[in-house]
Amino acid sequence: MAALICEIVYRGIFQKNLASRIARGIVLSARKSGRWGIAFGRYGDSPQRNGIPAKDFAIVADTNEELEQNMARYEPKHVDVTICVDDTLAKGVESWAWYGLQPINRLTVPNGTVLMTSIQSFGELLKDIHRKDAPYKLALMRAKASFSGLWVYREDHTEVRILGALAKIAPAFLSLDGVSQAIAEMDWGSDLKVASARKAYERLETREVTMAEGNPEIPYSFEMPKWWEMREGVTIPAIPIGKPKEEGKGYVPERNPYFKKYTTRTMRPVVNFDTCVKCTLCWIQCPDSCFDVMPDGTYDANMEACCGCGVCEAVCPVENCITMVNESVFEDNASQWEMWRKDKPAYQVWLTNKIGDKQATVRSHGFRFRGQYEQELKTDLDSGGVEITAGIPGENAQHKTV
Amino acid sequence: MAVATRPAPAAAEDKELLISGSEAVAEALTLADIDVVTAYPIRPYDTVMQAIAKKIANGQLVAEYIVAEGEHSQFEIVKHASTVGARVFCGSSGVGWAYAMECLVVTPPLRVPMIALVGNRALDDPGAFGVEHNDALFVRDLGWLLCWIDTSQEALDTTLIAYRVAEDRRVFLPLAISADGAFLTHSQALTMVPPKSKVDRYLPRYDRGDLLLHPDNPITVAPQANEDWVIEIRRQNNEAMARASTVIEEAYAEFRRVFGRGPENPWFEEYMTDDAEVILVGMGTISLPIKVAIREMRAKGKKVGLVRLRWFRPFPTDRLVAALSRAQALGVIDRDYSFGSPFGSGVVANEIRAALYNAARRPPLLSFICGLGGREVTLEDVYKATDMCYGAAKAGKSDPKTHWLGVRE
Repeated sequence: MAALICEIVYRGIFQKNLASRIARGIVLSARKSGRWGIAFGRYGDSPQRNGIPAKDFAIVADTNEELEQNMARYEPKHVDVTICVDDTLAKGVESWAWYGLQPINRLTVPNGTVLMTSIQSFGELLKDIHRKDAPYKLALMRAKASFSGLWVYREDHTEVRILGALAKIAPAFLSLDGVSQAIAEMDWGSDLKVASARKAYERLETREVTMAEGNPEIPYSFEMPKWWEMREGVTIPAIPIGKPKEEGKGYVPERNPYFKKYTTRTMRPVVNFDTCVKCTLCWIQCPDSCFDVMPDGTYDANMEACCGCGVCEAVCPVENCITMVNESVFEDNASQWEMWRKDKPAYQVWLTNKIGDKQATVRSHGFRFRGQYEQELKTDLDSGGVEITAGIPGENAQHKTV
Repeated sequence: MAVATRPAPAAAEDKELLISGSEAVAEALTLADIDVVTAYPIRPYDTVMQAIAKKIANGQLVAEYIVAEGEHSQFEIVKHASTVGARVFCGSSGVGWAYAMECLVVTPPLRVPMIALVGNRALDDPGAFGVEHNDALFVRDLGWLLCWIDTSQEALDTTLIAYRVAEDRRVFLPLAISADGAFLTHSQALTMVPPKSKVDRYLPRYDRGDLLLHPDNPITVAPQANEDWVIEIRRQNNEAMARASTVIEEAYAEFRRVFGRGPENPWFEEYMTDDAEVILVGMGTISLPIKVAIREMRAKGKKVGLVRLRWFRPFPTDRLVAALSRAQALGVIDRDYSFGSPFGSGVVANEIRAALYNAARRPPLLSFICGLGGREVTLEDVYKATDMCYGAAKAGKSDPKTHWLGVRE
């Protein structure tokens, strides 16, 4: 008797349908070898919000009884394979209700596998992925995060490539033939997709990760209060009023100490304080009140509160004053303004470097024109299914398109 | 807050008025100096709102009187008013109470000590005005304190007690007082109305403390929560309901001390139960025909007694079991129905069966449904029920099936 438990960690809304297809694909592929299975989403992640990490699960087992044994809980407490379809989640997962930071490999069993779509190197990813008290395998499928929206689906073959890669990782449950057969039978399947799955099977890159490797940071956490410790009447204290930044100048709002948004972002704003005209628009329009007012009247996006929505970039009237940059190129959450104050020439170098990286500044989700997908997919397939697409242009697109 | 808005009348002895149950509630609300009252007409509850309107029009009560566009808003308005510290009142009947259901559901977890009067009325359809208890019983599982009253005097006294219980920081739960439509809401009886000075001694001001929604106490009320928080909130509610039992005992004891009247046993009235072989159980004004029938039957040598349940939530399990397990047979007369329930019995009968399950002595229990839709409960109905109970007492066991009394068949 044996079972295979997989979690799919994804960005809410943007990858909702992708994760669902992968979870269903796992079960239906394993069914080809007579396995039993179930696919489900973590109900607590619902209602999903843009980019907030969420999870789907797929469990397959030799017998229905064993399946039930693994289903008899709200969600699996350990998984054989952690599938992560956005590599910015390598920094950790804070789900909808934020009970601290969960390392991406937290549920992965010893010697299990973290399967991730990424164009980063193993070394770069292991700077972000937290250390684990057991060895495991990191498997990379070369792809950029496949993002779409609530009502649209990005047919870039990510789902079948993941299934092909899984056939390599867990051949006892998912044979490549079983995966191919299941894909062909899906209402969204095709011969082309079967071919993509087989290519992914061949090209999966895997590496052992030791206990000594990874990000040494201790993930922040907090203790859930007992019923008698909670305030009555379904009440919570309001966020207190903030304070001046320093010497009576500026303003830093108080923030909820438990609700942090570090890993809810896929991108973050990078601010050019030298060209800021102090118009207040980013500060006023930010739906998460993430901007702190600095003593000189400029605005610093506080990474504790920014969820990376990009509204600030969209409303900023100064060209290149606020630029959204992919989260994967940052190693900490330090204040940009403090960096700028300390050494302005050095900050300019840092800024130019960050916003000059087109790969990191192109928005990666949403279709902006008819035929865009076909354009991207063609390039991808022409080069063997591993070429990274240019992504989707976002606001200020004309300045950023590769 | 219940701030004194008018000078209290000089201390005087109680005055006797001929008033209906609804008017008695309005007298109590005036004495309790409520701050916000909402209203939407539905019979028989509308008699209360009319009586309060008259109090305000006459200058006897200063309060915000808001006529909502429906019961849903009516209950929402007082819920919000209560969270900012106002002493509130509202009420409804039958399907009006049902229309407010969403708001009724949220008041216990938000710990809103709202006092509501339910003028018990049959649920539509058919459109009917007469009494059935199913309307108030909607909320029996939700954290509402529920009691049934019998007389105008009890209406007045219980309304005062209700504020003291619900607004106690240990409780902070909504409380519905049920009054049988017509028999109580529309019948005028001689009622002693105490002076305001006594009520002021009895009723502390409503202090919402750390739950007060106020700029000086910035809080968020009712945020969204997932499965990691809900059961703890339910557990808190359960604790508040458990604490209410102590607070109710205290409130009645204090009432007796201040006003010099009121029952020793807050939970239920016992009528001729000391030596009773058969005890009948019911709620509300059904007590009247039962008491009369008991007197008739006792004259013929049948030792019959009545337990009239006042408090349904919290349910007085231990005291009720102690009182009932002495009898040789029990007859529970429900003025409600619970279609498809165990044995097809009414709600009260099955609650009592559950309460007796662990009792050392479990008398045979017969379940009756009677008086639905305001149908008169006749002496003959009571005689018939009693005779059947004697049959069960003699046999030492009872058929659990439910008997409908007073139905044309």
